[in-house]
Amino acid sequence: SNKTSISSLFKTVGVSVSKRYFASSSSQHRVTLIPGEGIGPEISDAVVQVFKAANVPIIWDKVEVNSQTGVSDAVIESVNRNKVGLKGPLGTPIGTGHTSLNLALRKKFNLFANLRPSVSIDGVKTRYDNVDVTVIRENTEGEYSGIENSPVKGVAQSIKVSYFH
Amino acid sequence: MFRSLVSPFTRTNKKLLASFGSQRFISNAITSIHYQPPLAAERKRVTLIPGDGIGPEICASVMGVFQAASVPVDWDIFEIPQGSAPGQVSQDVIASISRNRVALKGPFHTPLLSNAPSRNLELRKALDLYAHIVPCQNTHPHKYKVRHDDVPIDLVVIRENVQGEYSGLEQTLVPGVVQSLKIVSKESSERIARFAFEYAKIEGRKKVTAIHKANIQKQTDGLFLDVCRSVAREYPNIQFNDMIVDNCCMQLVMRPDQFDVMLTPNLYGNLITNVGAALVGGPGVCPGVSVGHKVAVFEMGSHHVAADIAGQDLANPTGLLLSAGLMLRHIGLDSYANIVEGAVRRVIADGTVSTSDMGGRSSTRQFTQAVID
Repeated sequence: SNKTSISSLFKTVGVSVSKRYFASSSSQHRVTLIPGEGIGPEISDAVVQVFKAANVPIIWDKVEVNSQTGVSDAVIESVNRNKVGLKGPLGTPIGTGHTSLNLALRKKFNLFANLRPSVSIDGVKTRYDNVDVTVIRENTEGEYSGIENSPVKGVAQSIKVSYFH
Repeated sequence: MFRSLVSPFTRTNKKLLASFGSQRFISNAITSIHYQPPLAAERKRVTLIPGDGIGPEICASVMGVFQAASVPVDWDIFEIPQGSAPGQVSQDVIASISRNRVALKGPFHTPLLSNAPSRNLELRKALDLYAHIVPCQNTHPHKYKVRHDDVPIDLVVIRENVQGEYSGLEQTLVPGVVQSLKIVSKESSERIARFAFEYAKIEGRKKVTAIHKANIQKQTDGLFLDVCRSVAREYPNIQFNDMIVDNCCMQLVMRPDQFDVMLTPNLYGNLITNVGAALVGGPGVCPGVSVGHKVAVFEMGSHHVAADIAGQDLANPTGLLLSAGLMLRHIGLDSYANIVEGAVRRVIADGTVSTSDMGGRSSTRQFTQAVID
């Protein structure tokens, strides 16, 4: 089944997944919820409501990540404990301001693989039908190293680093 | 050499523009700075570099069409085979292009995963071809089907072509860790931004959109964006906005009609020109030109080598033919440009003879013949 294969994939990459996640529905699971910014709180709330209506056995650990709090100890502790999180979008100011909180989360928890399935949805008409593509994106290094400096006035450089694991 | 290129832009604006011919009209004042209107018998010399893959075939197509239309152009032909060491683009080629000021070129294939240097990069660096322009339009009548035909697409990508991610400065720090340097300078950003706004002004374009990832790369793309914004202030009649590159890719696919002139750094421009070309019919139909201070190299918009169909008479020469048309305008042979472009457009609008990427089954030669006829 789908659940078994994803679970074994996660195991091979070293993520320990408690068997309880796939146990009977009577046990409750704790999931970290990061509502995010912008439309984040609204859409997260929609998920919470739908889950509640469907009696999904999940308890949400709601934690805030924003430009004031950054990635706080409470967030780190929650994610480390629950191992699963649901997150809304986090914006990053352009040119100045704080560095990306998305990046901070990825680095903190070494979220090296970003999985984006793009599957056509019934009822959403687009120019291509029957799309079924998954992008797997390396998510902690490369151009997003955040290593930038200005060696001379008027010149900026950014270092893209790749590690062979 | 760099300093002289970057000397006050206010006075070199006209020179900048003279190095690139407008697709529509060039004011006589600007043309006369570099090119006198040709005398009746005067012939122009153009450097021709066939390139790899389908390059030789589509260049032959252009030569055939020019011959049929009696275009007064003589070709200086240079082959530049792939070597394994830097310095493949010889001084002869550079001298020829510098002398003729105009070149037409096919694509070069740069092998992956080898240290063989890129001839494209060498050419760009040697001639300082800092601006790459690819107009992507679906507004001319055509019979081939493209998914985005229901929205009018008339965008021009102006891509910074010598800096940024293509510095070529890579090294292995320790075994297993490799780094690549992306360099952005204020001067390079300024000249590409000015080029884009001057282009927009001359062409009557209404909006310039700068593409970047300055939320993550705050200093490099941030510098680029800052410079674009400050140049924009000098052109109050042209609307300016900016867009993060990931959103830009999404917008290109979902709402391409919102874009007019797109001002991009090097790597993003490479990706966006390819998406732009795909929106209007694929790599075979878009012209492109790389511009330096006094030199213009005309080529296909997307540099697809198409080695899999090379030599099989399947390639679509439209992109290069339209580029050759732009070239003719640039060197002041407007009447011939009209003939060549008109012929290409008529064949495409007619649709009877079309190559496989346009849904037909004709060969390169048949298409070329149709244009000639």
